[in-house]
Amino acid sequence: MQVSVRINGQQQAADVEPRLLLVDFIRDQLRLTGTHVGCDTSSCGACTVLLDGEPVKSCTMLAVQADGRELTTVEGLAKGAELDPVQVGFHEEHGLQCGFCTPGMMLVGKALLERNPDPTEDEIRWAISGNICRCTGYVNIVKSIRHAARLQAERATAEAPVAAAVSGGES
Amino acid sequence: MVPAAFDFRAPTSVAEALTVLREHGDDAKVLAGGQSLIPLLKLRFASPALVVDIGRVPGLSGIEADAAMIRIGARTRHVDLERDTSLDSMCPILREAARQISDPLVRNLGTVGGSLCHADPAGDWGSVMLALEAQFVARSLSGERTIPAGDFFQGPFSTALRPDEVLTEIRIPLAGAARRSGGSYLKLERKVGDFATVGVAVQVQLTNGTVEKAGIGLTAVGPSNLKARSAEQALTGREPSPGAIAEAAGLAAEAAEPKDDVRGSAAYKKDVVRVFVKRGLASALAQATARG
Repeated sequence: MQVSVRINGQQQAADVEPRLLLVDFIRDQLRLTGTHVGCDTSSCGACTVLLDGEPVKSCTMLAVQADGRELTTVEGLAKGAELDPVQVGFHEEHGLQCGFCTPGMMLVGKALLERNPDPTEDEIRWAISGNICRCTGYVNIVKSIRHAARLQAERATAEAPVAAAVSGGES
Repeated sequence: MVPAAFDFRAPTSVAEALTVLREHGDDAKVLAGGQSLIPLLKLRFASPALVVDIGRVPGLSGIEADAAMIRIGARTRHVDLERDTSLDSMCPILREAARQISDPLVRNLGTVGGSLCHADPAGDWGSVMLALEAQFVARSLSGERTIPAGDFFQGPFSTALRPDEVLTEIRIPLAGAARRSGGSYLKLERKVGDFATVGVAVQVQLTNGTVEKAGIGLTAVGPSNLKARSAEQALTGREPSPGAIAEAAGLAAEAAEPKDDVRGSAAYKKDVVRVFVKRGLASALAQATARG
């Protein structure tokens, strides 16, 4: 059965069995192995990807359900050499130890900051409540996402004068 | 884990979906958000010959409301209810329950109708719909019928839906007096994403200080979501005094049929039902009074 998705900005198509799970499609066929298989029972969130911008567990979705949809995996966070604020946040605040849950945590953080650019600690903890980390005790993960929010705001401010000049020119 | 092989169809209209179901009957299984069905397929507790994905059928999701009724498309996701703040003034229990279902990622895919049709005795929506006296709209090629929530759940993972039917809509009556109603969903779980140890849904409607209607639904304490009818009757037509509330709470605990398991003993769960009915009624009555 033909499946076509836009993943990390690239159109990809493949012929798959209907029973193929999205996570196996991403890892085995598209060779994007940053998406992990942890519990394989939709408990841990290691397999988190963004589906049309919202985090979902790719071990509990069929590849054929994603046909025609937009996917983002951890490989799609950086823009070339420029890391996403959420990646910088996890780096600078030591938001990981073994790194197994990190792709999922970062994607959840990314989706949260899209909807809510200035989340409270409670809101961050709420957002990551479907993702399990066995190393950190979550403290540094929460700090990392807070830090990413600040970085994102700084980048937006740095870009704002340009945007203001453009809109000023149009009016 | 890999599901057993199945054929797959993704109809693009309700009529096409119903035709496929008429042809395949019991061999087919409807897939909506997949958050219950896919784990069953992976564990091979279910191995249908055909999976019918209704994810591309238009017109099955969304929330609409007027003075008399809230209509929820069966494929509306948990997160869509969780985010719809307009529901707070009409029926606050919906958002309160939505945000307690599983975890945020599962709520981004899982649907209200899918959860109801899965009919897990530990499912949350069933109890809420029993308390709200919701009506479920089922369609087949033979036509459309509405099934009261009270008749829908027939046992573990078993509903009144026929194999050729699709649940299309959930209707919640507002009785025009939503201003004097209140509701609450309380859930005890060991951690986010775990099944409920116990859940209790309560909905009340007050007229002149008297309980005109009471709905109580119980989660994870029986072979299906249970409607605590004797407890509801104990409140109906009475002033919601502490005595009446205690009596209803006791009757609801009696109606519960929990089993001992890793989440707790049957006696413990019965007592949680009693406490949650009391707390839920206190909160629902406070809302109803504040709205009067």
